Amino acid sequence: MTTIATTEEPTAPARRRRRMPLAAAIALVPAAIIVAVVYVGCMIWTVRLSFTSSRLLPNLDFVGFSQYERLLSNTRFLTSVENIVLFGVLFIAACLVFGFLMAVFIDQRIRGEALFRTIFLYPYSMSFIVTGLVWQWVLNPTLGVEDTLHKLGLTFIDVDWAVNRDTVVYALVLAAVWHGAGLVMAILLAGLRGVDADLWKAARVDGIPTWRVYTSIVLPLLGPMIVTAVVLLAISVARLYDLVVAMTGGGPGIASDVPAKFVMDHLFERSNIGLATSAATMMLITVAIVLAPWVYARYVRPQVPR
Amino acid sequence: MSLPPPDPEGRRPKTVTAGRVGVYAFLVISAAFFLIPLWVMLMTSLKPMEEIRLGNIFSLPKLWTIDPWISAWSGACTGLECHGISVGFMNSVQILIPSVILSIAIGAVTGYALSFWRVKGANVMFGCLLLGAFIPYQVFIYPLVRLFAATGLYNSLLCVVVVHVIFGLPLMTLLFRNFYQGIPIDLFKAARVDGGSFWSIFLNVILPMSAPIIIVATILQVTGIWNDFLFGVAFAGRENLPMTVQLNNIVNSMQGERRYNVDMAATLLTALVPLAVYFLSGRWFVRGIAAGAVKG
Repeated sequence: MTTIATTEEPTAPARRRRRMPLAAAIALVPAAIIVAVVYVGCMIWTVRLSFTSSRLLPNLDFVGFSQYERLLSNTRFLTSVENIVLFGVLFIAACLVFGFLMAVFIDQRIRGEALFRTIFLYPYSMSFIVTGLVWQWVLNPTLGVEDTLHKLGLTFIDVDWAVNRDTVVYALVLAAVWHGAGLVMAILLAGLRGVDADLWKAARVDGIPTWRVYTSIVLPLLGPMIVTAVVLLAISVARLYDLVVAMTGGGPGIASDVPAKFVMDHLFERSNIGLATSAATMMLITVAIVLAPWVYARYVRPQVPR
Repeated sequence: MSLPPPDPEGRRPKTVTAGRVGVYAFLVISAAFFLIPLWVMLMTSLKPMEEIRLGNIFSLPKLWTIDPWISAWSGACTGLECHGISVGFMNSVQILIPSVILSIAIGAVTGYALSFWRVKGANVMFGCLLLGAFIPYQVFIYPLVRLFAATGLYNSLLCVVVVHVIFGLPLMTLLFRNFYQGIPIDLFKAARVDGGSFWSIFLNVILPMSAPIIIVATILQVTGIWNDFLFGVAFAGRENLPMTVQLNNIVNSMQGERRYNVDMAATLLTALVPLAVYFLSGRWFVRGIAAGAVKG
C-alpha cells in the first residue's frame, strides 16, 4: 500500500530499466570470462613471466629487467625489430598508394569493373601461408621469374630477392602487397562511391583537372577510410608471422626474422620463456602506444546511452 | 552508385583518348600482377617435374598431368607420414565447423546483450574486448598453452576450436553490436512491453532480422579460421594439424628433392576453400571487410 505513490513518479521507468536484468548478465558471462581470463589474465601472466629467469619451464622468481637487457643486446631481436619497421612502413605505404590508384582507376566508369574488382581482391581471401609459398616459388632463384627473364635476354636482372639477405624484406613486402593491396582498393572504392556527386559537377564547372580534384578534395574526404585501412594493415604488420614462416623461414640466416617469429621460436623451440615473454611484452607495449588513443577516441568515449 | 552521375547534357562521348588507354593499361597491368602467381601455381601443378626443371614457369605444360594433384591430396609426405594433405583438410573441416558456429553464436548473444540490455560493467568489458583485438597473439599464447595443458585439453581439436572462439570474439561481438545498434530501439521496447524475456526477444525478434550480419560473420570466420596458421601450430598437436600447417610442413620440409608441382597442387588445394567462399559470396565479402572496421 505504501508503494503506490512511486508508480506515478516520472523516475519510475528509469529506475526499472536500471535494474540488472539477470538473463542478460548471464548471457555476458562467457565473454566476461574470456576477457578476464585471456585478455587480462594471460596478458598479466606474460608480463610477469618476462621478469623471471624462466627457460624451459616457467618459474616465478624476480630478476628485474635483466631479460629486457638481454633482449636489447640480442642481435636477432634487433634485426627482427629493424625488419618489422622497414616492412611495416613500406607495406602500408605501398598498399595505400597502389590501393588508392586502383580504386581511382576503377572509378572511371570502366568496362568490366566487377571483373577487375574481383581480380584485385582475391588474394586477400587466401592465407599468408599460400601467399608465401606461391611467391617463394615465383621468386625461385633458378627456376622462377629470373629464369624467364634471362631467357628473354635480360641477364642483367637478378631476381634472387627472396634468398638474398639484403633484399629479403622487400620480397616479403612484395608478397604482402599482393595479398593486401586489394583490401585498400575495396575500402577506398566504397569511399569514392560515397563522394557527393555535386562536388564533381562543381569541380567540372570550375574547370579543375580531375587529378587535382582527387588529390586536393577527394583524398581529404577519404580520411576516415584511409585511417581504417591503415589500422587494418597495421594489425597485420604486428601479426606478421605466417608469411615469413612460409616464404623465407626467417632466413637467409636471421635476415628476415620478425618479432612474432622471435617470440614463437623462443617459446617452442629454443625454450627461453623469459626472453620470449619479454619480447612479447615489447610487442604489447608498442601496439598499445600506437593504438590505445585511437581505440579510446573511437569506441570508448562516444558511448551514447540509449 | 556510379559516379559522377550522367550530366543533363549526356555522358562524355566514348572516344578513345590517351587518358582512357592509360586507365585500361594500368588496370590490365595490375590485374596481371595479381593473376600471375595464380597462373604460375596452376601451370606448375599440371606439369611433370622434368618440365619444371627446365624453368619457363609461365608456359603451358607440354605434357599435361594431374598426378601432382593426386599425390598432393593423398601421397605427399610430412616427415615420415605420407598421407597427403587430405589429412589436414579433414582436420581443418573438423576445426572449422564448430569454431564458426560457436564463435558466431557467442558473438551474437554478446552483441545483443550489449546493444539492448543495460548490464553494469558491460561497456568496460566491451572496451577490453576491443583492445584485446589489437594485441598481438604472441602475448597470450604461452599462458594459454599452460592453461590448456593444465586442463588436459592441450593438443586437441577442441583446444583449437576454443582458441578460435576466444580470439574471434572481439570481431564477432563488434559486428553484431554494430548491426544491432542500427535496429530501432522502439522495436525492442515494444517487445519488452509485450512481456518478452531476454531469450524470447532474441530468438523471436532479433535473430530473424540478423540474417545479413550472420552471412557476413560466416564469411569472415570461415576464411579467417581456415587460413589460420598460428593457432594450429601452437595448440593443435601433431595429430590434428590443420591444412595450412600441414601444407607448410609438406612444402618446407627438408627431406628429399622438392617436388614443386606437388607443392603447388597442395597450395592450390589449401586455397580452394577461401577462394570458393570469395567467388561465391561476391559483394558480401567486401561488406564483411567493411563491417568490422568502417562502421565501428
